Amino acid sequence: MAGHDSTTRKLGKLLGVASLGLGAPMLIKPERVSQAAGVDDSASSVPVIRMVGVRELGHAAGLLLGSSRWAWTRVAGDAMDLAVLGRAARERDGNRRKRALLAAAAVLGITTLDAYTALRTRRAKTGTKSADALRLQASVTISQDPETVYRFWRDLSHLPTFMYHLQSVEVMDERLSHWVANAPLRKQVEWDAEITADVASERLAWRSADGSDIPNSGEVRFAPAPGNRGTEVRVQLEYQPPGGRAGKVVAKLLGEEPEQQIRDDLRRLKQVLETGEVVLSDGSPAGTAARQQLKQRPAQPLPTTDKS
Amino acid sequence: MRANCWMGTKKVEVLEVPDPKILSSQDAIIKVTSTAICGSDLHLYDGYMPTMKRGDVIGHEFMGEVVEVGSGVRRVAVGDRVVVPFPIACGACWACERGLVSVCENSNPNAGMAEKVLGHSPCGIFGYSHMLGGYAGGQAEYVRVPFADVGPLKIEDDLPDEQVLFLSDILPTGYMGAELCDIKPGDVVAVWGAGPVGQFAMASAYLLGAEKVIAIDRFDYRLDIAATTGAMPLNYEHTNVLEELKELTAGRGPDACIDAVGMEGHHSSTALHTYDKVKQTTRLETERPHALREAILACRNGGTVSVIGVYGGMLDKFPMGAVVNRSLTIKAGQCHVHRYMRPLLDRIRNGEIDPSFVITHRMSLDEAPEGFDIFVNKEDSCNKIVLTP
Repeated sequence: MAGHDSTTRKLGKLLGVASLGLGAPMLIKPERVSQAAGVDDSASSVPVIRMVGVRELGHAAGLLLGSSRWAWTRVAGDAMDLAVLGRAARERDGNRRKRALLAAAAVLGITTLDAYTALRTRRAKTGTKSADALRLQASVTISQDPETVYRFWRDLSHLPTFMYHLQSVEVMDERLSHWVANAPLRKQVEWDAEITADVASERLAWRSADGSDIPNSGEVRFAPAPGNRGTEVRVQLEYQPPGGRAGKVVAKLLGEEPEQQIRDDLRRLKQVLETGEVVLSDGSPAGTAARQQLKQRPAQPLPTTDKS
Repeated sequence: MRANCWMGTKKVEVLEVPDPKILSSQDAIIKVTSTAICGSDLHLYDGYMPTMKRGDVIGHEFMGEVVEVGSGVRRVAVGDRVVVPFPIACGACWACERGLVSVCENSNPNAGMAEKVLGHSPCGIFGYSHMLGGYAGGQAEYVRVPFADVGPLKIEDDLPDEQVLFLSDILPTGYMGAELCDIKPGDVVAVWGAGPVGQFAMASAYLLGAEKVIAIDRFDYRLDIAATTGAMPLNYEHTNVLEELKELTAGRGPDACIDAVGMEGHHSSTALHTYDKVKQTTRLETERPHALREAILACRNGGTVSVIGVYGGMLDKFPMGAVVNRSLTIKAGQCHVHRYMRPLLDRIRNGEIDPSFVITHRMSLDEAPEGFDIFVNKEDSCNKIVLTP
């Protein structure tokens, strides 16, 4: 899930508290609020102020319990309040008009903060394209030079040897490939992918073709590790489910700890590139896998099916 | 095949289990001719090692004959007689290339489990919990040995099993404990724990030039065996160790202290022992680190504390003040067995050390449960048990 940055979150909470502080007196002492705003000459002012008070508590609940995106409801409320206060000021004169204008100025002040916070929530979101995108990253150091690691990865058909959720990757040409993944309930998910960036020994990026069931993209960077220790491999994967259902499929596809799964993938990549194969034990006969680590079989040889 | 399986706390059973098979091209299958019960197996037996599973085949000290090899194995062949080191190491990663085989980066398929407890993962180990790989162990008729070109040491002469079996773990472990002390002429070395590993550490300290070695334990029969290495025995139930060590070194303290006890230490003070026993039993700490605390307090200013006893997780009441204010160096590690096997085999062949002096009991594999029972209770003056399938 894409979250907001800490400043945006803090602003949201601050506005939540402010909403509470504004709403409470409107409900408890609407007459005093009415006086302060210079509208105590209108019979409807007290019930209207009470309603605004209830609305303020709504903002408070949303902002304090939910996300900073509730700041948008405050912006809408501010517009309403400014319209009402503007009309009140126009229809009055003297001291009452002054009080109504002062109240409007105060609302305008808080509107600035509301709008600023609301806009920040939008900015924070655009960075991850979609609020529901699942972004994963992991890294590993491999005792091989960047060129070797890059070349192994560049042949995408190697990916299923260490990425256990993949069944196969068929390379169609320099740019295009067809991916088949294991899905829950023994179904398969397939998609076409294209390479979007390819810098030899440095970087490789790919993205699923438009219209895929599970739009996804990935990037892997290869950099020499300091002290001649081989290659630092950094992977970033992004799954961008268009709907809720696909999102669930992705989560299941990757297991309950997706980040752990990516780390396991990289650990197996390291094993393959350093020792030639995925390392197996009796407790983990399929090799490193987060799900298996939760459900180990006893460290006993596997039952023999055939002794050929 | 028959294999000794961990069935729960204080319970092991010799059961019929499937024969191992080659899973990878770099595997070998060993027909075990001798295997041993290690003091560290008692941590499993007592239930203090996390991530054990009912049915696990245990044992990590074993040797035997190669009966099958994977297609990629080059250095050993069917018929070879080999000793197998307890750490499983790939031989290809950064750590292995530097001889740090017990922190091999590839041999633990369950590295994620170990990372949760230890921060990073060490190597996989035969028959020693799932967080250390989930590998079936060596108290069995047959064992699958991964990376057969990297670990097993060929024994090409007629040295009997009993003289070379301990190259698998306790001789190199004791030796590394002494080596970590960086012994200089004139050095006094104190060793906590006069079990087989401690006894080998004492013998190794003399091999490496120590002036005097002091053995600390509470069992006189073990101290007697330790004394055969030349070490001076101290029974901590009859003497105040810290004062005695000061006396013996005219106030300096030992130049190096070796902890060959680990997570299940005892203390002569019932109150202190109970404190840690309660915390350990309730899992508030995983260790009872009496020996380590005492070793740190005893060590001379600027000296070295070498820790080869097994610890599994967290301990408390750690005298860090002594470490910092008195410029102590702490060195530790599961033994990097591979790098010590050949030089130690040479020392055995030259007659510099005969490791079989630690053996007190010879039993059949089927008697393993009885062996664990007398070993854990220190009955029948039990020091080291060798099992033959």
